[in-house]
Amino acid sequence: MSALIETIGLTRVLPAAVPVTLVQDITLTIGEGEFVAITGPSGSGKSSLLYLLGLLDRPTAGSLAISGKDTAGLSERERAEIRLATLGFVFQFHFLLPEFTVRENVEIPMRRLGRLGTAAMRARSTELLGALGLADHLDKRPDQLSGGQRQRVAVARSLANDPPLILADEPTGSLDSRNSEQVFAILDALVRERGKTVIAVTHDTEMAAKASRRVHLVDGRQAEA
Amino acid sequence: MRLILALALTHIRGRGRQTLVAIIGVALGVGFSIAMAALMQGGEDDFVARLVDTMPHVDITDEYRTARRQPAQDAFAAVRIAGLRPKDDRRGILNPTEATAMLRAWVPGRQALSLKTQGVVRYAGRDVGIAIIGIEPQAEMKVSSLAKDFRQGSFTSLIAGGNNIVVGDRLAQRLGAELGTTVTVVSSTGQSRAFKIVGLFHTGTTARDEGEGYVLLKNAQILSERPNAINEIRLKLDDPSAAPQVARRAEAQLGYKAVAWQEANESLLEALVIRNIIMYTVVGAILLVAGFGIFNIISTITHEKARDIAILKSLGFTETDMRRLFLLEGLALGAGGSLIGWAVGFCLCFAMSLVRFELSGASVAQEITRLPLAWSIWHYLIAAGFALVSAGVAGYLPARQAARLHPVDIIRGAT
Repeated sequence: MSALIETIGLTRVLPAAVPVTLVQDITLTIGEGEFVAITGPSGSGKSSLLYLLGLLDRPTAGSLAISGKDTAGLSERERAEIRLATLGFVFQFHFLLPEFTVRENVEIPMRRLGRLGTAAMRARSTELLGALGLADHLDKRPDQLSGGQRQRVAVARSLANDPPLILADEPTGSLDSRNSEQVFAILDALVRERGKTVIAVTHDTEMAAKASRRVHLVDGRQAEA
Repeated sequence: MRLILALALTHIRGRGRQTLVAIIGVALGVGFSIAMAALMQGGEDDFVARLVDTMPHVDITDEYRTARRQPAQDAFAAVRIAGLRPKDDRRGILNPTEATAMLRAWVPGRQALSLKTQGVVRYAGRDVGIAIIGIEPQAEMKVSSLAKDFRQGSFTSLIAGGNNIVVGDRLAQRLGAELGTTVTVVSSTGQSRAFKIVGLFHTGTTARDEGEGYVLLKNAQILSERPNAINEIRLKLDDPSAAPQVARRAEAQLGYKAVAWQEANESLLEALVIRNIIMYTVVGAILLVAGFGIFNIISTITHEKARDIAILKSLGFTETDMRRLFLLEGLALGAGGSLIGWAVGFCLCFAMSLVRFELSGASVAQEITRLPLAWSIWHYLIAAGFALVSAGVAGYLPARQAARLHPVDIIRGAT
């Protein structure tokens, strides 16, 4: 198993009159095909860590390598390229673009990457959404879907460019238990069947228990679960 | 890039009413500026055309730009000569035959000789001072715009036997004379002769209609007691814009003062430049205001779409993409507004071209019966160009703001 993510002493401090430490000294190695649950009480820095791993935020200290490549010296453009091709995000809220149809939402990352032709993108979005049970909703707008369906669209979108790593920030946080289970099952299947790596921040102890690995944070530091 | 355009258009469509207001704002700005430019340019063209038309293109008179050297200055190598009584110059253009032959050799256009002198027309106990202009009718007709302003008779009527004169209709009115009336002309030298009115003209310029009388050159020479003299050569060029060069060359060749129409009307032409500056400032201001409309809507969109910006950035869109997105939205509004503005401007110009009115009399020296309009593709291009630039600026400022948005701040705040 090769290391997909490798952090050494990752730290993020919010600069302020009284500096706030969000994440401190995290050293982690996450390999391919792992399902990692980041757990911890509110305000423990779970999401902050995820944003750092997802290149949405820059660490104030420490290093982060993705696929063996150090990210410290990368420009904003290069970081965007990595987010586009290597990372897929699922947030607590679906964060779909409301003016576009389900299919268009899934195709936007593909169009931005520009690797596939129009027909190929169409085929891929149909396949992804079909696999998540949304075949009947391709041309609906997000506001015509239920919460669980929207979250599944968001998962489909995160998979659009077939990234090896999926980052999920409380993916089930705004869903009822039935939908939560469904979304969890999908993420789990991605790891088992497609060999993806999933890193999920969660409050859900049940979900955390099923993960292949748990990282527990307390006050921004790694702690024993 | 097409993806960015699709996103931009979706954003704009999402704000239908505001979009409409912004586009109408730009369209009105563009439309009015086109109409205004057409009117101003038309006015200017009309004015210049009248100027070029009524005036000789180059006017050579028996004057000198600098005082002539006196014989004493040549005879003595003195630093200063005081109390000198200048030698009397023979007035008029000397040797007119040679001068006109010299000019005819190279000037591209027509020329007319004349002798201008002052005099008084006397009829029925009324005296009116006029400029008496001695002309050669055939040549004059080719040079003077007066030829087409005749109400009755023409220059050629002067030729037919006896002492004839052509005057403006207003002068005839003041004297109570009409065609066929014999009036007495008294010149400044005291010569007095009877002339029969054989022609009446109406130029619309009161000063001319009231203060000019045309007689044969020979008669003018007799009246002013200057046989064979002329004091003005007027040139009408094939290309009026070549007047300054021609004037310079003629002056070098003849030694007399030659004035091009541009020089004679320098202050008027300068006033036109100032008028244009004012016009473009006003037009610019209109479009600037329209630009604020665009700025407003795009600012609103960036605020409303902060979440979308965060999503797109997290998906892997760059800051450059975001800047482009909102810049495109501004430009799209500007372009839409420009297109509609072109139609508005065209309709306004068309509507103005239909306006007809009758203005005459003392209030306006010239008669205008319709609005002078100039049509130029440049008016359309400049207005649209300015609208696009202000739309671009109006889009760029919020776009920069949007690009700087930090996705984490928004995702965190989205709860």
